[in-house]
Amino acid sequence: MRASRALGLSPRAAAALGLFLAVMLLLPFLVNAYIVSVLVVVLFAAYFGQSWNIMTGFAGQLSLGHALYVGLGAYTSAALFVHFGLTPWLGMIAGMAVAALAGSAIAALSFRFRVGGVYFALLTIAFAEFTRILFDHFGWVGATEGLFLPVANLAHDDPVRLRGSPVMFYYLLLVLSLAALVLSHSLLDRRVGYYWQAIREDEEAARALGIDVFRYKIAAMALSAAMTALGGTLLAFYDNNLYPDTVFAMGRSIEIIIAPIIGGLGTLFGPIVGAFLLTGLGETMTNLSTYFEISGLKQWFYGAALLAIVALQPSGLWPWLSRALGLWERRR
Amino acid sequence: MLYLNIIVAGLLTGAVYGLMALGLSVIFGVVRIVNFAHGEMMVLAMYGACLANAGLGLDPLLAVPLVTLTLFLLGYALQRGLINRYIARPDHEQFLLLLAVATMITASLLMGFGPDARNVQLGYAYDSYQIGAMLLDKVRLLAAAGAVLGAAALSGFFRFTRTGKSIRACADNQFGAQVVGLDVKRLYAVTFGLGAACVGAAGCLMLLLVDVQPYIATDYTLLAFIIVILGGLGSMPGALFGGILVGVSEALSGFLVEPSFKSAFSFGLLILVLLVRPQGLLGRA
Amino acid sequence: MSAALLEVRGISKRFRGLQAVDNVSFAVPPGGIVALIGPNGAGKTTTFNLIAGAMVPDGGSIVLDGADITGGRPDQACRAGIGRTFQLVKPFGALSVLQNVMVGAFKATADRVAARRAAWEILERLGLAEKAENPAKTLTLPERKRLETARALATRPKILLLDEVMAGLRPTEIDQMVRAFADLSRETGLAILLTEHVMRAVMALSHHIVVLHHGQKICEGAPEQVARDPQVLECYLGHAQAAERPGA
Repeated sequence: MRASRALGLSPRAAAALGLFLAVMLLLPFLVNAYIVSVLVVVLFAAYFGQSWNIMTGFAGQLSLGHALYVGLGAYTSAALFVHFGLTPWLGMIAGMAVAALAGSAIAALSFRFRVGGVYFALLTIAFAEFTRILFDHFGWVGATEGLFLPVANLAHDDPVRLRGSPVMFYYLLLVLSLAALVLSHSLLDRRVGYYWQAIREDEEAARALGIDVFRYKIAAMALSAAMTALGGTLLAFYDNNLYPDTVFAMGRSIEIIIAPIIGGLGTLFGPIVGAFLLTGLGETMTNLSTYFEISGLKQWFYGAALLAIVALQPSGLWPWLSRALGLWERRR
Repeated sequence: MLYLNIIVAGLLTGAVYGLMALGLSVIFGVVRIVNFAHGEMMVLAMYGACLANAGLGLDPLLAVPLVTLTLFLLGYALQRGLINRYIARPDHEQFLLLLAVATMITASLLMGFGPDARNVQLGYAYDSYQIGAMLLDKVRLLAAAGAVLGAAALSGFFRFTRTGKSIRACADNQFGAQVVGLDVKRLYAVTFGLGAACVGAAGCLMLLLVDVQPYIATDYTLLAFIIVILGGLGSMPGALFGGILVGVSEALSGFLVEPSFKSAFSFGLLILVLLVRPQGLLGRA
Repeated sequence: MSAALLEVRGISKRFRGLQAVDNVSFAVPPGGIVALIGPNGAGKTTTFNLIAGAMVPDGGSIVLDGADITGGRPDQACRAGIGRTFQLVKPFGALSVLQNVMVGAFKATADRVAARRAAWEILERLGLAEKAENPAKTLTLPERKRLETARALATRPKILLLDEVMAGLRPTEIDQMVRAFADLSRETGLAILLTEHVMRAVMALSHHIVVLHHGQKICEGAPEQVARDPQVLECYLGHAQAAERPGA
């Protein structure tokens, strides 16, 4: 009960969360390998969404280039592993540091020059694309030829070197996403969370209340970038191959942000709900369109679904869903 | 002399880029919406010109009026029926809305035309003029001339027609425009239509120079963003200037460094300008 | 005068040919309540913005409690002890009323429970406690003005800058607010600098009045004294005649 109170949940919501967790823990034993692979995609989307949500949902700075941090995390840890045999658990920290530095630098440059709003969003795209093209020519990490992690056929999962089955990654990601949930909640409940939200709502008023807006925005970006990079490391060791054009793709940046937006921007559970819905939708469409054999059908329905959501629930599904189920999340 | 030829070729292509970006700039300047479906509309126009060529045997240059009008109507309807309801909504909702529109346009094109590249066969595709030591491609020259004419027509519309003047008033002061009784909704729809019309014309002209396939839409969207920010969001001469700058920069970097580096130069330029002069090269402070 | 809490010394601000504030000086003693009045466009809000760090003065200096704070950022001004409200209110719309005030309270403490307690006390004092859990965007305009005040108070300022917080209130509400501010100042020693068009509030609340006109200080003194000053009467009542006389 204390845990539920700490998360600001009603008993009913705590029960629902407990049930959800129990199902998630048992799920790999109940479903086939295909479903597990889909669930891994869901958890990646949820975790990346949660990381992005801190920057845009909490602190209100629209970043459209988060693939940059996925890529920096993925490439740093993978390259250290391939070239020096460094364990990904240390490589991950290096990746987070690189991403946090890059994020802070981009944020510092933009906000120092008073680049805000839409301009900031476009600047984040520009940095991501610029980096993608640089990596296309970065021979040490394979350039356009790609960077490959040796695939070992192991009898057992090897968590130390992050070599293993999708089920291992499923549980790692589940833990990661839960940790992100707890962290997000705890941040929102502290001074820093209040300050971020104040900045999101009205920067001038935030300043007048003594908030060093510049510093707090950079902190949000650094944390968000580092968390994203951590997910990038897992992605690299899950996929085993990295190409700049897929890792840093603009399409990935967009994917990262759709889930939290349709789930409910700035809410704790929105990114998770959005990830389930979006991945489920995508998989269904893929299966349907293979059945009908019409290329483009999948994207068409996907677009139509996005349109329906933004028309019917523009502030996201989670606020609506939690009300409908009686799991009222306190207003943020 | 080789350099001169490359620069001139880039300059001419850049004029078409400029016309495309002009559409984005006009829409943002007045309606205050960032059209994330801009590249998709561009590709739609290019396919429109393909269709006019395949079905009616029209040269893309002659297809310009038809495609431009179609895109105008499409833009008008889109703004009136859909986007207008999101004008006062937060940035991320507008982004999602236009992303949905963009996705559906690309998907429709995929369903209609498939993923393969298409182009039009022109009798004069390889003609060129020699001026001194300078070699000018006929298609490039025609495309650039069309783009400059298009931009001039739009500028004339804003300067001399009643509706154009109203739109400018609306851009300066939306509240004031409402007070004096302008129908802001209609003006926004006209503006979006005009922005789409620019893309319509630019798409036909671009088809003279390159192939088209559904997936290049995002590249055009990004290209348009780069150009308008370089030139100054909302500035009409800025869009043309930005287009030409990017055209030349692409041509030169493709030649001097490596073709795959050409967009890195554009993004580099964009980052530089955003940091040093966020209002753009020709934008007002 | 050397014992003043806030001392404004000859500050000026110019916007593209318009001298908004022209060499204005005045002081607010500890615990004092000073009103800054004048017709629209007299430079009151600009003066506020200069003191609160939202704008940098072209000349002059601002001293708070012995420390020169001229040209600092707004957040630095706040940390130095200046709490301000905005004439065009700026609530954090998606946050609850309580959370709005807690943002202010976090200046003095990083502890959430302490911030919450401090915010409650202020909401009760300003009669907003019943609305504490409502989102700020659901408040009426007079309530939003009170929220502005509550938020600024929560930063525990040495001096509170109130920019027309009584506008739109009913007479009984004005009397309530006047009483609340007077009590606050007396009990906690808080100094207040206010601009207000509601003369009823100005006369009842302030110990000292500074009159601005076209960016210049034309008069200052005790309320009764200022109310009888011919120059003040002219700028308020004889505006039209005064404008016709060159050099007036």
